[in-house]
Amino acid sequence: MKELINLFWAFFKIGAFTFGGGYAMLPMLQKEVVEKNKWATNDELLDYFAIGQCTPGVIAVNTATFIGYKFKKIRGAIFATLGVICPSIIIIIAIASVLSNFASIPQVQSAFNAISVAVVVLILDAVIKMFKSSVKDLFGLIISVFVFILLLLFNISPVVIVVSAALVGIIKKSIGRKNRI
Amino acid sequence: MTMFLIMAFEFFKTSLFAVGGGLATIPFLFDIASRYTWLDAKMLPNMIAISESTPGPIGVNMATYVGYSAGSVYGILFGIIGGIITTLSLVLPSLIVIIFVSKVLEKFKENRFVQDAFYGIRPSVTALILIAGVTVMKNAFLLSGGAINYKALVLFVFLYVFRIVFKKLHPIVMILIAALIGVIFNF
Repeated sequence: MKELINLFWAFFKIGAFTFGGGYAMLPMLQKEVVEKNKWATNDELLDYFAIGQCTPGVIAVNTATFIGYKFKKIRGAIFATLGVICPSIIIIIAIASVLSNFASIPQVQSAFNAISVAVVVLILDAVIKMFKSSVKDLFGLIISVFVFILLLLFNISPVVIVVSAALVGIIKKSIGRKNRI
Repeated sequence: MTMFLIMAFEFFKTSLFAVGGGLATIPFLFDIASRYTWLDAKMLPNMIAISESTPGPIGVNMATYVGYSAGSVYGILFGIIGGIITTLSLVLPSLIVIIFVSKVLEKFKENRFVQDAFYGIRPSVTALILIAGVTVMKNAFLLSGGAINYKALVLFVFLYVFRIVFKKLHPIVMILIAALIGVIFNF
């Protein structure tokens, strides 16, 4: 039970401090899930993001469910998911009932403008850590740079990227095996 | 009562068909607004703005907001119930699908093709995340007219150095420091 509460609390914090949705939760995930509690590795986080991107639903929720399930099966999945949505329920209901003009308060805008800068710093920092664990060879580096440039120039669905990268990975590895034989 | 059931069904459906995260639910919300009286399309832009600028996944925030505002017509208590119903309905498909995928993944984790696929996927997802960072960067560093926001750049350098010096610092602390600086220096 204590472990389930830990799971809930970790994801509660992640939900409460994720600004800008989806990928912006990566720095929080790395801190709480990978470094502090060791529920998953950086590589597993990337896998969950990739699958969460191609399956229906909100990515943050998908990722929470994945990690919860990995740690404590179905009960873990439920606790992690409830944890990540609880702050939203509390904060949004509070804002909708009391401060419907929340977004236009000058101090709130100032705080959020500065927070978005902090989010950039945190994402860059998280990507560098991810890069070290996910890009293991020249091939990985090429894929990474290629996808980055592709996405800068064109608006391609992440689903297409993930599926094609999977195929490229399979093809590359099977060619490698053939050459060895 | 029927309204709550319909809301639950609509958000379950939205989540099941919105692939690619929270923002993908927006077209579904406009569709819901066009079919029911409990959601006014004119309120959606404000709801989206608040959902984007408050913590938490955007899709979840919007679900709570829509549920609350629809229910609160009958009083705050019904608003809270509405918000909880829509949010739970939104996450239920994820829970079911991801638990199923997890079970399959457990079974095939050692499979050669699955491992080869992830060998290609991981570097590409790293790039996807970096692109998300670039998008946040554009919003943070460019003013509405397209001019560079130098104040934000200075803050960026400050926070980045801060991050390098205090490596172990929790992201929450970084966010709170930034918020404080933002309020004090009128960002």
